[in-house]
Amino acid sequence: MIPEFGHYALILALCVSLIQGVLPLVGAHQGRREWLMLARPAAQTVFLLLGIAFAILAWSFYVNDFSVLYVAEHSNSQLPVVYRLGAVWGGHEGSLLLWVFLLSTWTIMVAQLSKALDEFMVARVIGVLGLVISGLLLFVLTTSNPFMRLFPAAQDGRSLNPLLQDPGLVFHPPMLYMGYVGFSVAFAFAIASLLSGRLDAAWARWSRPWTTAAWIFLTLGIALGSWWAYYELGWGGWWFWDPVENASFIPWLVGTALLHSLAVTEKRGGFKSWTVLLAITAFSLSLLGTFLVRSGVLTSVHAFATDPRRGIFILIFLTLVVGSSLGLYAWRAPKSSLGGKFSLSSRETFILLGNVFLVVSAGSVLLGTLYPLLIDALHLGKISVGPPYFNSVFVPIMIPLLVLMGIGPWTSWKNSDLLVVIKRLWLAGLAAVLAGISIPLMMGEFTWLAGLGFLLAFWVIASGCLQIIRQAKAGKPTRSFIGMQVAHLGIAVFVIGVTMVGAYQEEKDVRMSAGETVSVGGYQIRLQDVNLVPGPNYQAMRGTFLLTKNGITQATLYPEKRNYFSSTMPMTEAAIDTGLTRDIYVSLGEELPDKSWAVRVYYKPFVDWIWGGCLLMALGGILAISDKRYRIQLKKQAS
Amino acid sequence: MKAKFLIPLLLFIVLVVFLAIGLNRDPHEVPSPLIDKPAPAFEIAQLSEAHQSFSPASMKGQVWILNVWASWCVACREEHPVLVDLAKSKMAPIIGLDYKDQREDALAMLAKQGNPYVLSAFDANGRVGIDYGVYGVPETYVIDKAGVIRFKHIGPLTMELLNKKIYPLISDLQKP
Repeated sequence: MIPEFGHYALILALCVSLIQGVLPLVGAHQGRREWLMLARPAAQTVFLLLGIAFAILAWSFYVNDFSVLYVAEHSNSQLPVVYRLGAVWGGHEGSLLLWVFLLSTWTIMVAQLSKALDEFMVARVIGVLGLVISGLLLFVLTTSNPFMRLFPAAQDGRSLNPLLQDPGLVFHPPMLYMGYVGFSVAFAFAIASLLSGRLDAAWARWSRPWTTAAWIFLTLGIALGSWWAYYELGWGGWWFWDPVENASFIPWLVGTALLHSLAVTEKRGGFKSWTVLLAITAFSLSLLGTFLVRSGVLTSVHAFATDPRRGIFILIFLTLVVGSSLGLYAWRAPKSSLGGKFSLSSRETFILLGNVFLVVSAGSVLLGTLYPLLIDALHLGKISVGPPYFNSVFVPIMIPLLVLMGIGPWTSWKNSDLLVVIKRLWLAGLAAVLAGISIPLMMGEFTWLAGLGFLLAFWVIASGCLQIIRQAKAGKPTRSFIGMQVAHLGIAVFVIGVTMVGAYQEEKDVRMSAGETVSVGGYQIRLQDVNLVPGPNYQAMRGTFLLTKNGITQATLYPEKRNYFSSTMPMTEAAIDTGLTRDIYVSLGEELPDKSWAVRVYYKPFVDWIWGGCLLMALGGILAISDKRYRIQLKKQAS
Repeated sequence: MKAKFLIPLLLFIVLVVFLAIGLNRDPHEVPSPLIDKPAPAFEIAQLSEAHQSFSPASMKGQVWILNVWASWCVACREEHPVLVDLAKSKMAPIIGLDYKDQREDALAMLAKQGNPYVLSAFDANGRVGIDYGVYGVPETYVIDKAGVIRFKHIGPLTMELLNKKIYPLISDLQKP
């Protein structure tokens, strides 16, 4: 009976979300206050109902109710409890339910935290979000119902893909979706302001913290996914330019552009129609990403079940949402006023340039991702686009962006004397050149690409440090200023990690028997032995490796090759000795006839800086949100 | 309404058209490099008559169908009735290639489900499969009188596919 309650809660949620989507919007249009007032209670009810549905699905997993098809397909009785809960969003139906639930969570937060806002605006925002929720719920109920029953019930479930049985999976999708879905708030604000014809600085001020919050989640979600791929897939890579990865990265790039553009709109009232367009685009790309991932139009290592009905539904939904938004944009945006004038050398110009580079890079990643589909649709053949395209197109766009990042924060709004900026920055330039030359030499080999990477990273770092010192002397810098600097520093740290790994990683594929030693990056790795070890729902061959440097033991590593009972595919569980300046990565391959093993060993210098950089970016975002001026707004609300 | 504000909408419409076309295409369907190339030669034992061998050379002069199957393959069981239909039509002889299978299992399956094949070649270790670029069972090839592969399908055959593609193709190839 319990799963039927979940199903029922979903149906009710759809009905209430239609009320949430339609009445407040109509009410705002016709000025009917009593309809406006429905927005908040309706949003709260939808949230409650979706919470119930979600809890019931989780419960079905917890009690191993294999009469629910989705549970039978993604869990089994041997699966540890943590992964059973992670399995709730381990498949298509559950992850969509999570999507909608998180969307409703954002809605409820907007409803609670926007009491100071004009009620027409709030009603419109909640209404737009309600329409999106009802569209997705209709999708869930018609094509992807997680509460579908299985008669007769399965004896045991098929279990979760072993790749996904990992703590990373428990957190990665919710984080990513929080970010993806969070752009819906900026989108809803943009649509609401287009509807009301009030595209002003106030709208930007309201959208900004929400956009930043979504951006933080997306940053963390992408970083978690990348980290998970690094240690779980056993290939030692951290980014593969896979369509599904790109589907999350493209909204991130546009979201980053949106953050910066919102700053101009808030401070100077400029770029209004451009900012609105970015807000619409960021969310549209999140929806497009969902379509690409869920419809199976592209091949990807993230092999999700595909069902043509689902693809068609999402495509229609995408067309309705994005088409109507862009139509509204074409109709209303030309009426928006121009912002304050600015000269060619001003912060506005630099942010605009940065925006252009971010949007162009997003466009080029999108083009690469969709290219196989375009070519196929034009009957020109079947091709696949791989990392060489993305690396050779994406990286060059990032170079000018990083150069701009060092200068932009020094410029002032409206008009800025570039000569003064250059005078203040020469020291940073010098530091960057020195770093670009000396670090590759210290690492033992100079390559132009590595030199360029360090030059750009230290350019950003030095420029940021100089500016922080200057601001600290001038008075207490604001949190949003520190946040901006920390986030930019994160980019630099990320670039250092990428450059180091790209230029100086060492990889060895060797055949080893017990007692043999392989050396990599100045470390010696000795295979002690390989044993059979039982796990909760698998059996593993576990290697014991001793990691030493100059005769001193650093660590013992235990890579595993696991055979899950529910799957025929053996899984590689790499062992990694993590350090601030390097990772040693050992993965166990096939057993070879003469009791030796194929072993893959990597020396990855500074690889953790890649994710460390992402953490700094997210931290920067958190600092920016916690800035005083947003707290003042909240206080105003409270009183 | 200024025209430049319509640009995003127009771009989006173009994108939607492509996505809609993309939905109807299967990204996994990769054209085989073997199309219009001579069918790779081989000579291996037959399934039911282990002492006799089969070679594609013996089919020269007629249009025939090579169907890769196995008793362990679930999709093959789904495909089976379609194959039986194809055999009944007597359009072209079907040769089976029993891929990476156990002889007893394979014979048991044919006995139980009916045998649409004129004969099956027994590719126990999958060597022939490598030459033909088999990467999933079932797969089906249509080979013309000169021994050239004219069509390849990966995955189970369907009635729709028979009627729309395979029957017209065979009658086309059989014209002198």
